[in-house]
Amino acid sequence: MVDAATETVGIRAARHARPKPSIFKRKSTIAFLMALPLIVIILLLVLYPALYSVHLATLNKSMERFVGFGNFEFLFKRETFWMVVKQSCIFAVTAVLFKALIGFFVAHFVHAIPDKGQRKWRGMLLVPWVIPPAMSTLAWFWLFDPSYSAFNWLFALVGIDPVPWLGDPYWARFSVILVNVWYGAPFFMIMYLAALKSVPEQLYEAASIDGANWWQRLWYVTLPMMRNIISITVLFSLIVTFANFDIVRVLTAGGPIDQTHVFATWAFKLGIEGGDIPLGASVSLFMVPILGVAAIFILRDITKRGNEA
Amino acid sequence: MTRARVSRRGVLKGAAAISAVGLSAPFVRGAYAAGKLSCGFWDHWVPGANSALTQLCQEWAAKEKVDITLDFITSQGNKNLLTIAAESQARSGHDILAFPTWQPADQARNLEPVDDIMTELIKQNGKVNGTVEYLGRSGGKWIAVPATAGSQIKGPCSRIDLLKQHAGIDIRAMYPAGSAPKADAWNMDSFIAAAEKCHKAGVPFGIGLGQTSDSVDTAGAIFQSFGATLIDEKGNITVKSDATRQVLDYCKRLVSFLPGDVSAWDDASNNKWLVSGRGALIMNPPSAWAVAKRDAPQIAEQLWTHGMPAGAKGRYSPFLPYFWGTWNFSKNKSAAKSLLMHISQPAAAEKMVIASGGYDLPAFEKLTTFKTWAEEGPPKGTLYHYPNPHNHQTLSIAAAPAPPKIAAQIYTQATMTKMVVRHAQGEAMEKTIAWAESELEGFSRS
Repeated sequence: MVDAATETVGIRAARHARPKPSIFKRKSTIAFLMALPLIVIILLLVLYPALYSVHLATLNKSMERFVGFGNFEFLFKRETFWMVVKQSCIFAVTAVLFKALIGFFVAHFVHAIPDKGQRKWRGMLLVPWVIPPAMSTLAWFWLFDPSYSAFNWLFALVGIDPVPWLGDPYWARFSVILVNVWYGAPFFMIMYLAALKSVPEQLYEAASIDGANWWQRLWYVTLPMMRNIISITVLFSLIVTFANFDIVRVLTAGGPIDQTHVFATWAFKLGIEGGDIPLGASVSLFMVPILGVAAIFILRDITKRGNEA
Repeated sequence: MTRARVSRRGVLKGAAAISAVGLSAPFVRGAYAAGKLSCGFWDHWVPGANSALTQLCQEWAAKEKVDITLDFITSQGNKNLLTIAAESQARSGHDILAFPTWQPADQARNLEPVDDIMTELIKQNGKVNGTVEYLGRSGGKWIAVPATAGSQIKGPCSRIDLLKQHAGIDIRAMYPAGSAPKADAWNMDSFIAAAEKCHKAGVPFGIGLGQTSDSVDTAGAIFQSFGATLIDEKGNITVKSDATRQVLDYCKRLVSFLPGDVSAWDDASNNKWLVSGRGALIMNPPSAWAVAKRDAPQIAEQLWTHGMPAGAKGRYSPFLPYFWGTWNFSKNKSAAKSLLMHISQPAAAEKMVIASGGYDLPAFEKLTTFKTWAEEGPPKGTLYHYPNPHNHQTLSIAAAPAPPKIAAQIYTQATMTKMVVRHAQGEAMEKTIAWAESELEGFSRS
């Protein structure tokens, strides 16, 4: 008994006597040091410009005077600003909806292809997402070109009147959304394909034994299993699409008569081309609360997923 | 003991004498002048045109023993505007920078006054036109020097054969090579009549109504020739006028004779329109002709660059000057000014005009008669009237005479072309004018 007690005390003493690792050998320190380059990059290239743009947004047009929320008050009275808000919402929501739907169905088709040939299809379907959007949009611009549209040339062969792809406001909106969907759908496809592959086969077997048809298997097995990945992908894409610049810039530059401007292109137009940097900064910062709300949803969903796992 | 009394008048006289000596003396390489000089020039789209400027700078650097660095910054994707914005924010960058049309006014408080250079250049090369003064001066001082490289007039470039065949206009007789224009009959009425005839013949005029520079420049010149100003020189909104109503009505009629998609045109669309042989006239400097000379020589042989039609208030042609300036935070201002003087000499200007195939335009009145414009071809003399050698049209810029900072907004937001498109697409005239008025109120904020 006494021996046992002495042994316990000895172990405790040994534990207390174990020297603490030096600060440079601690795991947390090493982790911090390894993440430091990224932290520095984020501070320099993200945080500093973000704070600087907040500062710019509080200045007057000639950047000599502090005006607080004056630029935002001014913007809220502008008809064009609200038109841009409306257009950005139409652009982002429509594009993400179609990207999600197309990505979902294409992922199912690809999933159904035997493993042997699936890799080729996956590779080919990812091509739009891999090409830099500024370049691929330029190719689309040539297809839609006001005077020499390749599509219109094909239409002419079958007797269809030319379509003013970029000259008519509605067709121009359609065109920029179409190109965004073309560019972004492969991302959804690959994410959904990964999700589909992680659904245990036994669930489908059990559903089949219970007599579930294709639609019921999709609704009661596939969709619940993909729920998290769908919501994360949709929200992530919504953020990226809201902030889109290159497609609209290359394809229409916001025209005709401002009917395809989104936040980023209009901010560039006002700030850089128009020389009103504070107003441009204010337009781009208007996205922050919208995207911030979306980011909160993403983070909440990730946490939820982590807890479920 | 005697003490010299220094009066206020004496000090002023002394300062004036020192300034006069300083300004009139050539740049003398001193301990501060030699050293480094970095220049950011516009990257010319004409192949080989940058080399003339490079040679001139290197000649000067060798003579003055200055270590010079040259960057040619493209205007593609507004890279040059981004550079200007970044350097002015950082208060650091090139010693000399090329500033497109509206940028000197926008950056006025960051630019070193160049009255000394301009006084000398005007004495030497003659006056500059009103547009250069409007854009290059701020607060009573010259803030930038008009650059030869990149400056252009955007008047019409027409097909000789198509205008004659379909509209009965002999454009070469109207604008003969080597002599003054006989263009009294070339006015807005004959212009729209020709547009209608060419439209009927299937070779419409290719005038863009998009939001890029070519479209805005044309709309601006037409507005000015009707006397329609959106904002006057004092900053008052003047868009609600009979002149505006007249020009909108005229443009609506004109749009009906243009290709259906002109509201989506950019600065390349009009060139393609002419070079492909689909149209009888566009509004652009001889870039379309230069491209045609390379890609479609049979079309180039039929192209003639000439003046704008006259409106009720005069004959206005769009002029877009580039400027060279030096930041007030530049580390080598004296060397920068010396180089600016060197590259603004007549011989230097002529070298740039030759290298650009006649595209570049010096802003000074004595420098509009270089041989290049008279001899370039085919057809020979096609560029003779490009530099406005007989001053028969007023060189102007869209949105003038509004204060430049407001005018720059009108220009970049393409307010005039948007007004034309809105009205042409069926919006009631008063609604279009009310919309423009609201936009202009926004541009006028300080």
